[in-house]
Amino acid sequence: MLRKVTLLAAALLLVGGPALANSGVEKPMAVDFSFEGPFGRFDQAQLQRGYKVYREVCAACHSMSMVAFRNLGDPGGPFFDPKYSAATGQTSNDNPVVKALAADTQVPDIDGETGDAITRPATPADYFPSPFPNVIAAKAGNGGIAPPDLSLMAKAREGGPEYIASLLQGFGPPAHGVTLAPGQHYNRYFPGGVIGMAPPLAPDKVTFDDGSKSTVKQQAEDVAAFLMWAAEPHMEARKQMGFSVMIFLILFSGLLYASYRRVWRGESH
Amino acid sequence: MAHTAVDATNPAAGDDPSRRDFIHIAALTAAAGGGLAAIWPFVAQMNPSADTLALASVEYDLTKIEPAQQVTINWRGKPLFIRNRTPEQIAAAVKDDHAALRDPQTDAERHKEGKAQWLVLVGSCTHLGCVPTVGGGEYGGWFCPCHGSHYDTSGRIRKGPAPKNLAVPDYAFLSDTKVKIG
Amino acid sequence: MSGHSTYEPKNGFSRWLDARLPVGRLVWDSFVDYPTPRNLNYWWTFGGILSLCLAVQLITGIVLAMHYTPSAATAFNSVEHIMRDVNYGWLLRYMHANGASMFFIAVYIHMLRGVYYGSYKSPREVLWILGCVIYLLMMATAFMGYVLPWGQMSFHGAVVITNLLGAFPVVGDAITTLLWGGFAVDEPTLKRFFSLHYLLPFMIAGVVILHVWALHVVGQNNPTGVEPKSKADTLPFTPYATVKDGFAMSLFVILFATFVFYLPDALGHADNYIPANPLVTPSHIVPEWYFLPFYAILRAIPDKLMGVLAMFGAIACIFALPWLDTSKVKSMRYRPQARLYFFIFLVACVILGFCGAKLPDDQVIPGLETFQLLDSKLNSWVWLSRVATLYYFAYFLLVMPLLGLFEKPLPTPETISSPVLGGDKKD
Repeated sequence: MLRKVTLLAAALLLVGGPALANSGVEKPMAVDFSFEGPFGRFDQAQLQRGYKVYREVCAACHSMSMVAFRNLGDPGGPFFDPKYSAATGQTSNDNPVVKALAADTQVPDIDGETGDAITRPATPADYFPSPFPNVIAAKAGNGGIAPPDLSLMAKAREGGPEYIASLLQGFGPPAHGVTLAPGQHYNRYFPGGVIGMAPPLAPDKVTFDDGSKSTVKQQAEDVAAFLMWAAEPHMEARKQMGFSVMIFLILFSGLLYASYRRVWRGESH
Repeated sequence: MAHTAVDATNPAAGDDPSRRDFIHIAALTAAAGGGLAAIWPFVAQMNPSADTLALASVEYDLTKIEPAQQVTINWRGKPLFIRNRTPEQIAAAVKDDHAALRDPQTDAERHKEGKAQWLVLVGSCTHLGCVPTVGGGEYGGWFCPCHGSHYDTSGRIRKGPAPKNLAVPDYAFLSDTKVKIG
Repeated sequence: MSGHSTYEPKNGFSRWLDARLPVGRLVWDSFVDYPTPRNLNYWWTFGGILSLCLAVQLITGIVLAMHYTPSAATAFNSVEHIMRDVNYGWLLRYMHANGASMFFIAVYIHMLRGVYYGSYKSPREVLWILGCVIYLLMMATAFMGYVLPWGQMSFHGAVVITNLLGAFPVVGDAITTLLWGGFAVDEPTLKRFFSLHYLLPFMIAGVVILHVWALHVVGQNNPTGVEPKSKADTLPFTPYATVKDGFAMSLFVILFATFVFYLPDALGHADNYIPANPLVTPSHIVPEWYFLPFYAILRAIPDKLMGVLAMFGAIACIFALPWLDTSKVKSMRYRPQARLYFFIFLVACVILGFCGAKLPDDQVIPGLETFQLLDSKLNSWVWLSRVATLYYFAYFLLVMPLLGLFEKPLPTPETISSPVLGGDKKD
């Protein structure tokens, strides 16, 4: 019975995805991310590289307004250090790496005495600053289309992180029959194929501190993993809790089944 | 074939009652345990959220406070008093260090070393949380209008229903003229 | 609550209370001593599962409302605040969002069980109608709840559904304006939807009480459709039904937990993680899966008003079912022909679900070229949905009334405990 229900749900799931109507657009490449599957976890080194790609490349145009510097040091995050966790009575606010990364970035503020608009080095409690003061400025600076916020990007597109990694590697000469206006680029993974974003990545554009070779593929996959973390920062906690809950429920169901058999023993039904 | 609810709890013939009961008890215990564990997230969600806990600390420039003046700033949703005390007020506070105090503390314990002039206090009456008015009361410190608690110039409770002295928050001098609270 | 109460207060206090407010007696008679047919199968556990779903939705919903702000400017961010900063917020929100889907899975199984075993027939018509009212309230609640995160799908879903009502002549525009509280879906709409989304579940709970009351007046139907005649046909609710319901609930919670912990966004739509933007519509608007069959019926009819009427008519048919079915035999276990038509109906509903998720003019069988029929190619989802819609209505309006008059049912057993030889045990 329940198998049927699950199958039904799975079948409904399959139709839930939108039909890709555009010809010439490819399905995202399969990327073997460490966080896939029921036991998948983020690769911390990859998240750190991904943060660097975001900070040095993406952040020039894309905001990420729902992520604060303190999140970088939260459990499951790129710069999480067990020394600065609830277990030691401290928080990610005290993590020196997080503090330093925050202080590297200037955020807008209001001067507490004069009321003037100023900038100051960020603290861990500050959210990532946006590259443009408002949407109109973002549009004006980018050919009429504001670069989308990246906080939830990995959940806001069909295909998620694989789509992002593919998109970043998908630039090339336009397919047959596609004409590009000035400021437009061809991307074989973007719906419609025509995208306003110029190819953002290039070999060695970002220097990785851990010595990883800085290829476009590496940069694309790392930043895609970072964006997945940013969109779902509690993923590891979720899967861990899910594991305990599942174990409990299976044992509990077994007990209930045994109890059920005992109660109903000898009753015709 | 008359069935009642009681039947199921009576051991049937040829059955081991202890094993039989054990399964029902285990199932009920697991249900109770699972239910209790499931309550926790619903309670914990009421605790301060991560962004609330991460609220930035407040920095304040002391040069803006004239002698004998006090400023009140908002710190974590509560009023925070920063008072620039005159030598007379400090002397009055020190004089009473060994008076009969409800919550004994010396004045030196309530300010940073060498900064007797600056008193930083959480502006919530320790009785029921009203905001005391500065300079009032019989001891020249603070007076709480709600239920009549009198605090001295060190913020110590001297008279009225409040049980404790006005709380001193965690703070530090970043320089001679700048404090960081929290 | 057939027969006399067997409740016997055990001590002084319960005797005292029983003479003043007999809650102990009510619980004992309704959930302990209450006689249930001994042959109920697992399809009958979904009533209990549904009460669990309602409880989960109510509790998680009340808790989420402590953190959510119903304002166009902050709604989206407050949901993300719940997901990121509130302790266990992600758990609560994923439980609530997936809980809605679980609720509908359970309610559809519960309803289809009722259709298969004839649970709507005399004397259970009021029981059935109350169930339909609950279903209607659930749909309203789910729709308004989906609007609250104020993502792209929330917003444009609300635009599409509220515009449906504009199809009615004369009063249509007045109704939509009234619903919106403005010239479009906007701040006032969100606020009233939040208020109603909080209210309606309590109305559901109220109707559930009536539903259970009505159930306990007429007693449960059972797979044979034969009413219990003696004590031999029934077993006390506790422990027999409670332990079986409990086991089924536990299995259902495993399915629920699979979604919450491992596939939390699988039943949702990616576009709803984009904040609402009134100026840009997502390329493909689809409702949540549980509305898809009705959405397909709506789109199957090329006329706006007729489409809306067909959609509401599809729901009205469910209400009218007790009077559409003319068969004297309740359970389809003894109605082989009815069983066939029922399974085709099931397939039609699933097909409608698929159709609702697809673009109407896309091909059903890829690559197969067909001729143009009226407004679209024959090999298109819209034509498939028309066929399925036709069957949907034919099932209620033709099959149900006529089959009861012409079919030859198998012999039904005298009593539940003496099943007739060779009776079909399959479900």
